[in-house]
Amino acid sequence: MKVSIYRYNPETDKEPYMKEYELDTAGKNLMVLDVLNLLKEQDPTLGYRRSCREGVCGSDGMNMNGKNGLACVTALSEVAPGVFEGRKPLILRPLPGLPVVRDLVVDMTMFYNQYEKVQPYLQNNTPAPAIERLQSPEEREKIDGLYECILCACCSTSCPSFWWNPEKFLGPAALLQSYRFLADSRDTETDARLAKLDDPFSLFRCRGIMNCVSVCPKGLNPTRAIGHIRDMLLERGV
Amino acid sequence: MSIRTVTFDAIVVGGGGAGMRASLQMAQSGFKTALISKVFPTRSHTVSAQGGITCAIASSDPNDDWRWHMYDTVKGSDYISDQDAVEYMCSVGPEAVFELEHMGLPFSRTEEGRIYQRPFGGQSKNFGEGGQAARTCAAADRTGHALLHTLYQQNLKSGTQFYSEWYAIDMVTVGDKVAGVIACCIETGEVVFFKAKATVLATGGAGRIYSSTTNALINTGDGIGMALRAGLPVQDIEMWQFHPTGIAGAGVLVTEGCRGEGGYLVNKDGERFMERYAPNAKDLAGRDVVARAMMMEILDGRGCGPNGDHVHLKLDHLGEEVLLSRLPGICELSKTFGHADPVKEPVPVVPTCHYMMGGVPTNIHGQALRLSEGHEGEAQFVEGLFAVGEVACVSVHGANRLGGNSLLDLVVFGRAAGLFIEESLRQGMEQAEPSTDDIDRAMARLRRWENSTGGESVSELRNNLQSTMQNAFGVFRKGDLMEDGVSKVADLRARIANGHLEDKSMAFNTARIEALELDNLLEVAEATAIAAETRKESRGAHSRYDFPDRDDENWLCHSIFDPKTKTLGKRDVNFKPKTVDTFQPKVRTY
Repeated sequence: MKVSIYRYNPETDKEPYMKEYELDTAGKNLMVLDVLNLLKEQDPTLGYRRSCREGVCGSDGMNMNGKNGLACVTALSEVAPGVFEGRKPLILRPLPGLPVVRDLVVDMTMFYNQYEKVQPYLQNNTPAPAIERLQSPEEREKIDGLYECILCACCSTSCPSFWWNPEKFLGPAALLQSYRFLADSRDTETDARLAKLDDPFSLFRCRGIMNCVSVCPKGLNPTRAIGHIRDMLLERGV
Repeated sequence: MSIRTVTFDAIVVGGGGAGMRASLQMAQSGFKTALISKVFPTRSHTVSAQGGITCAIASSDPNDDWRWHMYDTVKGSDYISDQDAVEYMCSVGPEAVFELEHMGLPFSRTEEGRIYQRPFGGQSKNFGEGGQAARTCAAADRTGHALLHTLYQQNLKSGTQFYSEWYAIDMVTVGDKVAGVIACCIETGEVVFFKAKATVLATGGAGRIYSSTTNALINTGDGIGMALRAGLPVQDIEMWQFHPTGIAGAGVLVTEGCRGEGGYLVNKDGERFMERYAPNAKDLAGRDVVARAMMMEILDGRGCGPNGDHVHLKLDHLGEEVLLSRLPGICELSKTFGHADPVKEPVPVVPTCHYMMGGVPTNIHGQALRLSEGHEGEAQFVEGLFAVGEVACVSVHGANRLGGNSLLDLVVFGRAAGLFIEESLRQGMEQAEPSTDDIDRAMARLRRWENSTGGESVSELRNNLQSTMQNAFGVFRKGDLMEDGVSKVADLRARIANGHLEDKSMAFNTARIEALELDNLLEVAEATAIAAETRKESRGAHSRYDFPDRDDENWLCHSIFDPKTKTLGKRDVNFKPKTVDTFQPKVRTY
């Protein structure tokens, strides 16, 4: 099969270019990460991140034939019609909208900065009991679909609002985590958390485009979480 | 050669659960703490832990007792865990788990609002007399993910200084003391000396010495490599756990919690074969016992699939609701990697390399030990060096770890090392002052690769090493095969010394990191091979055709691999817990 990969080494390349590779997959429906690992045996200079290779660590988010996803859990047959059959090339690019460090590796600093801004840790101003804080299964269920985020950045880097204002708009990943703590019955800082989001950019730059939902490899729904935060802000304002 | 120096009170190498629990402790008390991790911390392998953290918090059973957990752990270890360490882990455990909950870990809940606990393998009530216990605290089947993110979040809050995507190359030693590490910034290629009074190794396991493993690609035994190159011993390194349920072909883990929730294994005749091997505990016997039973079924021709090379994990009888609420991650992984939807069909599974029970020997404070010259069995501390988590051998797992005990090990001993270092720093811990030569020595292997001009490629050498280990040091082991394995690994040492790093660029050069990782894989593989060949008995995960029985007369002891002589010594197991009676070795049945 043909694979076309975005290459850029800041030390030697004036500008990025697409490099073409040929790979014999022996008809196997490999994961995209397997393809990269095989190509790296041919060409050790190829740069990309990877760790768990099972979709839980969030290292290998990248753009595959135009869509963001995790290389390790995306089989060739799922990339785009014709790729697995060899009729179309597999085209790999770094996540859009973040500076490229090398090849498929992007600088995630902006993404992590936005995550840190939402104070992504439980805050509770009451003394801790000798055992766990109690939480009913119903209360606990409210953070399902939120805590599972793996910080792969597929969502935020597919979001046009984040591309425009990556410093001021928190982006879907950070907002999902913001809501994860707002929705946790054990967190007491709801008011302070909401106050921090009440400006024209942090949250309200979300235009409901929903790219985040369509690319999330864990099936999470940041747009819905953002909607819940909007409701909370509205209620607080009334 | 002169390089930049950065100075801290303490540095932690590794950003998994153990490393981040240790750094959190020290950062919270205001000490200048750096955490060096070759990946962004939440990409560490702890994130893949699924089923839970085993601990007697008395939620599922109000009468649960940490002493029962201790009994199970000692029995599971086939009696070569240190009983003082197991006692510490099991008794301090509840406090450490409640702390995690207070930090925000999103545990699943019972109707009473307490932490949900599920049954896991090797668990019992009342010292093996009261039937199956349910002692593993869970956040669905994503407990490791929940734990790792919670710890990262708390470290952010406490001001730990992160050096993410920095790769530790070697320790800087001054005589017998450790003064810090040399590390390379992956993004820029800059090499820096991290100077610290305390260096904590928390680099995790090394499952990538095998070709088939549940471990992440980053699990290359970096801390073990650093310790061995510094001339320090490793303990019980022949003890490798093969997890019964790796997805056949992919190696990806499906949690023991599947069997805890009521799933069971069947052979090609549809027979629930564990009833024959472990009539009481059945599918929830120790992992070594289940893995061997599965291999026996496969070797006897009762395996499933066209090649008869795996067995089936049956889950569909649990019903869609239970599967989707208790085991959602497993449903996802089975579909992606096993091409099987557990709601409808069984998952193809095979025993797969999972966990390194051995490691850098430590006491319960994480202090690294070395054997004093000429006094077999007597240990001294290595000043300035600590080890926690999978890289350490404290030893609470002995010859076979119980499911859910690895996460407990991480938080209990990460915390214990943090507490101890805090106290030592307050009392004026000294900084070893290295000379330029001392620093230079730690750069040797980096320089070797940088100066290589030809030779075999890293991927070729790595593939060779992995298949050698896979063939000779698997679930069942045999003297002649292992002897052959030992000599192949020795050949590989010579070949790797002449290996070639073609790409010498500075910016995010992953080829350089893979070359440096290969050195560490080799160190772990060699120690494993020699230790396995030398331990002439079967115990826990170490199972030999030529010595099928446990030999308490000669081998009721830790093994100590000495990298200077490449020989195996022995060290006494601790049989003196402080508050309970010793658990005497018994025949181990489930």
